[in-house]
Amino acid sequence: MSIQVNSIRSLFPILHQEVNGNPLIYFDNAATTQKPKVVLDAIQQYYEVDNSNIHRGAHTLADRATRQFEETRESVRAFIGARESAEIIFTRGTTESINLVAKTFGAKYLQKGDEILISTLEHHSNIVPWQMLCEHTGAILKIIPITDAGELVWEEFEKLLSPKTKLVSIVHASNALGTINPAKKIIEAAHAIGAKVLLDGAQSTSHLDVDVQALDCDFLAFSAHKLYGPTGLGVLYGKRELLESMPPFLGGGEMIREVTFEKTTYNTIPFKFEAGTPSIAEVIAFKPALDFITSTGKANIHHHENDLLQYAVELLQDVKGVIPVGTAAEKIAVFSFNIQSMHPFDVGQLLDAKGIAVRTGHHCTQPLMQRLGLEGTVRASFAVYNTRAEVEVFAQTVAKIASLKNK
Amino acid sequence: MSTIADIQNEIVAEFEILGEDRESTIFYIMELGGTLEPYPESFRKDEYTIQGCQSKVWLVAEEQEGKVIYKADSNTDITKGLISLLIRVLNHRSPKEILNADLDFIPRIGMGNILGSQRSNGLAAMMNQMKRYALAFQTKQNA
Repeated sequence: MSIQVNSIRSLFPILHQEVNGNPLIYFDNAATTQKPKVVLDAIQQYYEVDNSNIHRGAHTLADRATRQFEETRESVRAFIGARESAEIIFTRGTTESINLVAKTFGAKYLQKGDEILISTLEHHSNIVPWQMLCEHTGAILKIIPITDAGELVWEEFEKLLSPKTKLVSIVHASNALGTINPAKKIIEAAHAIGAKVLLDGAQSTSHLDVDVQALDCDFLAFSAHKLYGPTGLGVLYGKRELLESMPPFLGGGEMIREVTFEKTTYNTIPFKFEAGTPSIAEVIAFKPALDFITSTGKANIHHHENDLLQYAVELLQDVKGVIPVGTAAEKIAVFSFNIQSMHPFDVGQLLDAKGIAVRTGHHCTQPLMQRLGLEGTVRASFAVYNTRAEVEVFAQTVAKIASLKNK
Repeated sequence: MSTIADIQNEIVAEFEILGEDRESTIFYIMELGGTLEPYPESFRKDEYTIQGCQSKVWLVAEEQEGKVIYKADSNTDITKGLISLLIRVLNHRSPKEILNADLDFIPRIGMGNILGSQRSNGLAAMMNQMKRYALAFQTKQNA
C-alpha cells in the first residue's frame, strides 16, 4: 500500500500556509515534526473536559485523566514492542532520558576506569551527559570513529570493546547525516562482552520500525515531538531488571511508596522515575500521534520518505557546487549538503525566502562536524506529509542558489 | 559631506527600490558583501571576533586624524553585506558623531523581518562593538 499524501496533508493544519509569499515547504522534520489535528484536538479536549492531576485522585476527572495517561503508556509499549508498560518511563525528552540513565545507571554501575563507548555521530545530548558522568566517577569515554561517508568503522568498534566497557550509548540514526547504524549487530557485540546498550532513538523511531525486544537493547530514548506528538515529552524504555536495580532520578511526589523524616521507600517502576506532576496533556495527546503512525503504517512511511530522499539525491547529484554530506548506504530521510563557497546559514536564509524551512549549522553535533572538517551543513529532512513536488521546488531553488557562486 | 542621517536615508531609498521581494533583497545584501575592503589578516584573531550564533565576525578599528576607520569581515556573505552597510554609515566619522548616531536604517528597511532574530541579534552586537571602539577613541582624545 502506498501513501495517499494529499489526504495525509489534510490532517496537518499548519502545512496549509504561505511563508514569505510562497507555499510552506517544511523540510525541518528531523528537528521537529508537525502535529496532526487529532493531536491538537486531544490537547484541547484534555484541558476543556478532563483536566485533573493523575493517580490517587478520588474523583471522576482524575480517573479519566489517569486512564488516558496510562493508555498512552500502553500505546508506547506496543509501538516499540516492549514486554510490559512498566518499562516505559515518561520524561521531558530524549535529552532527559539519556541524562536519567547517566545519573542512575551511572551511579549504580560505573566506576573509575570503566569505559563508556559512544560514536563520532552523536548528538551533544549523547555526549555531554557521559562527559559529566566520567568527570564524576572517573570512568572513561571512548569514541567509535566513522568513515568519510559517515558510517561506523566496525573493526575499530570491535577493538574498543573490552571487559572494561560497561555501556555502549549510540545513536540509531544520525540527525546530521541520516546514517542508520547497525543497531542489532552493535547490541549483540556489546552484550557478548557484558556491556549494556542505550539506543538513542530520537531520529530512528519516526522513520524505522524499532522493536526493543527484537533488537534486545537495554535502553531506548526518544522524543514525542519528532513522532508527530507534542513537545516537552520523551520516553525512556529500559528492561525491567535494570530499571528496578537503578536508584531513582529525581526525588519528590509520585516516585515514593512511603515517606517519613527518617527514611523514604520508593515506588515501583515506572513511577519511581516519574517524580512530580508529568506533562499530562502531552502524554494524552501523544496517543493519537502514535495511532496516526501505526494506521499509516511504519513500512509505508519509510518507503515514502526514502523515495523523497532518493529523488532529492537524483535531482541534485549533478548540480554544480552542491556537495552532499553523509553518503552512508543505509539512511533515514535526511539530505545534508553544502554549497561550494557559501555558508550554510546564507543558503538556509535564501531557502527561507522561498518558504522552504531547513536547518543549518552544526546540528548539535560539533565533534562530527570537526571530524568532517566542516563548519556545518544545510539539512533537509523529510516526513510522511512531504511530496515529490516539494522536493522539485527545493531542488530548483538549491540549484539556483548554487549557481550564484558556481558558474 | 553627507551626514550619518543622509547616508541612512540613501540606504533606505535603495532598499525601497527592491520592494517586498525577500530573495532579491538578500541577493542585494550578499552583493554588498563583495564590496567590503579586504580584512587585514593580522587581525583575524579570536580577540577581534564578535560571536553571533552561526556566523563569525571580525571587527577592528583605528583612529586617523580624529576619525574612526573600521575594517570588518565575516564568514557568511549575508553578514558581510550587513557589515558593509554599517561601515558605509559609520566610517570616517568622529567618535562623537558615532556615539550620537541614531542608527534607525535597520528597522526602517525592515531588516529584522528579513533576517530573523539570530542575525538581528548579531547585527546589534556589531553596532555595539563599533560604538565601543568610538567610545574608546573619544576617551583617548579627551585624556
